[in-house]
Amino acid sequence: MFRNQYDNDISTWSPQGRIHQIEYALEAVKQGSAAVGLRSNTHAILLALKRSSGELASYQKKLIRIDDHLGVAIAGLTSDARVLSNFMRTEAMKSKMIFDRPLPIFRIVSAIGDKAQVNTQNYGRRPYGVGLLVAGYDETGPHLYECAPSGNFFEYYAMSIGARSQSAKTYLEKYYESFAEASLDELVRHGLNALRDTLQQDKELSTLNCSIGIVGADQKFQIVEGEALQAYLSLLDTGAQEDQGQAPMETED
Amino acid sequence: MNPVTLYNNDIFTNVPVEAPVERNFYPYADNGGTSLGIAGADFCLMASDTRKSSGYSIHSRYSPKAFKLTEKAVLATNGFAADGLALTKRLGQKLEWYKHAHDKEMSTPALAQMLANTLYYKRFFPYYTFNLLGGIDEQGRGVLYSFDPVGSMGTEVCRAGGSSAALIQPFLDNQVALKNQQGVQQTPLSLEAAIRITKDSFTSATERDIYTGDYLEIFIIRQEGTTIERIDLKKD
Amino acid sequence: MNQFSLNFDRENYHEKPKNDIFADAITRTQQPIVTGTSVLAFKYKDGIMLAADTLASYGSLARFTNIQRLYPVGDFTIIAASGDISDFQYVQHLLDTVMVEEYYTNDGHVLRTQNIYEYLSRVMYGRRSRFNPLWNSYVVGGYNDGEKFLGYVDLLGTTYQSSTIATGFGGYLAQPILRKAVEGREDTLTETEAIEIMNSCMKVLYYRDARSFNKFQRAKITAEGVEISGPYKAETQWDFAEGLRGYGP
Repeated sequence: MFRNQYDNDISTWSPQGRIHQIEYALEAVKQGSAAVGLRSNTHAILLALKRSSGELASYQKKLIRIDDHLGVAIAGLTSDARVLSNFMRTEAMKSKMIFDRPLPIFRIVSAIGDKAQVNTQNYGRRPYGVGLLVAGYDETGPHLYECAPSGNFFEYYAMSIGARSQSAKTYLEKYYESFAEASLDELVRHGLNALRDTLQQDKELSTLNCSIGIVGADQKFQIVEGEALQAYLSLLDTGAQEDQGQAPMETED
Repeated sequence: MNPVTLYNNDIFTNVPVEAPVERNFYPYADNGGTSLGIAGADFCLMASDTRKSSGYSIHSRYSPKAFKLTEKAVLATNGFAADGLALTKRLGQKLEWYKHAHDKEMSTPALAQMLANTLYYKRFFPYYTFNLLGGIDEQGRGVLYSFDPVGSMGTEVCRAGGSSAALIQPFLDNQVALKNQQGVQQTPLSLEAAIRITKDSFTSATERDIYTGDYLEIFIIRQEGTTIERIDLKKD
Repeated sequence: MNQFSLNFDRENYHEKPKNDIFADAITRTQQPIVTGTSVLAFKYKDGIMLAADTLASYGSLARFTNIQRLYPVGDFTIIAASGDISDFQYVQHLLDTVMVEEYYTNDGHVLRTQNIYEYLSRVMYGRRSRFNPLWNSYVVGGYNDGEKFLGYVDLLGTTYQSSTIATGFGGYLAQPILRKAVEGREDTLTETEAIEIMNSCMKVLYYRDARSFNKFQRAKITAEGVEISGPYKAETQWDFAEGLRGYGP
């Protein structure tokens, strides 16, 4: 029934000094399809792989706009993400209402961290079953954060979460040093390459299963989906990923 | 002030208590200014001056009171400016939530109904604002709504609001709705004519009304988008 | 028993009178008590200049003669108040609290003048909406990254921004002078000229506003930050009064 006697609830330590329920929640994030985030000196972008339960079903949304300067990519329980994104939007609106200022990215991320932590300490609660990549642009520039159900949050140059995200991480670790100076198109190309690495053997990125979120200095958070994606997908080098050549900037039309 | 004694049945509690004095804090002000809206066949024109006054003082020469709420709707508020600004901000947030929930912008008729509800919600402590909401509907037709402070709503072809409403409205009735004319030809109003009538309305109102002047902002809402034009009015 | 030694004559001195049916009433500011008069402010080449005298009146009594009505909030903002001084002191405390919270969040973000102004406006409008107003008119001035800011907010929550602002009697006496001197010259007026304009306006106010005082402070906010200086005196000339019947000896 139970893996061991120390994982019944969130408020019990194991003798090894672990709280199993938190670790299970972290596993829930890995069940979700992958999401990738990258940051340059001018932009922060999110890319996500959308899943559908079959031919008859639509694809599940993976990117959520919070405000003009802020958006998230999710992996894990979508319904938990909806609760969190509503909270984030409320906070963003409060900031605009009270201070006439776009909510600083660090503030909302640490607020989520605080919310998530409460769920890891009180008996009878459950941690969120969702991981977030938060991309935003504020007075201190572009930012990319990861938020985990444990309440941990970290800022990254590039990061990926979700199923098979280790493959994307491997790609990102190889190229991240070039991201800072990269153009938006280059950044997206790297993102797509990383995202492609999380695919199963017989799958390909398409305008259906992919979405991109972009935010930057002069660009409000914008989600690119469907036909509009084709321009970006054609940036993908068809050959070996080692091809470091500059991607063509033209779009197909 | 009359000292009156309350509950004076005990020698130790027989302390005279001053009768309550009623003082008034009046939570409203009239900041003046004028707005106007004209609904055409495929456009809507909204215009407001930008003067903000109180009594005989001009507070600011440029303090806009007409705001673009969506790509297809503009709100003009008159009356108590602090309420107008608070209302505008609140509507903006409601529209954000709507956009999130429905993945589209709210239509102008829906926005008008929401504004009526928002105003009526404060029926017993109203937003002291006289609002005009103009834009285009989902078919691309020009629409114009007017509201009283507590949320009564009406659809209009042309309407003036604010301190010069009584000066401008009869002129609009005559020139836009073609009222009180004999043997008049009913032809759809062109945008050019609407702009001309608007400018004449405001330059004339500025001459007679001390609360109207400084600058005029004209919003033109069409299917292709919304443009704004800023024109000088007299600053005296 | 009362463990505190300061119970002077009554055991339960802190208890409300039993007979006062208004003892439980919510009390609100119905009128200002100790008040400050006009505040003046305008834009000039290097930033914003403000001035206010140092008097806090108790009705027509010149009660406190050394009160500062210009208050720095953060490194590039000054708020200046006319109206009730105790409400002003509450607002100073409130803004200090906000600035401390902002400081210890320590994420590289600072509240700009625009943000402080918006916050103060929400507080003022919120209080008026609860029928419990803070009885003041505030001028908020600041300079952030080369951008000048000058705004006004009062007990009704009325707000506006303008290149010249004057509260109270200054609205009638000084504002016309300021507009004539400043409008259209916001980016060319030198500091010397700005001081000259400010001093002459303060002199006019001292001559005509019976609740003013001939001791005032000036503040400027420039790229270097905030600087409150003074107190200064306006050079006044009252000799003419000697010739007036009923005034002289």
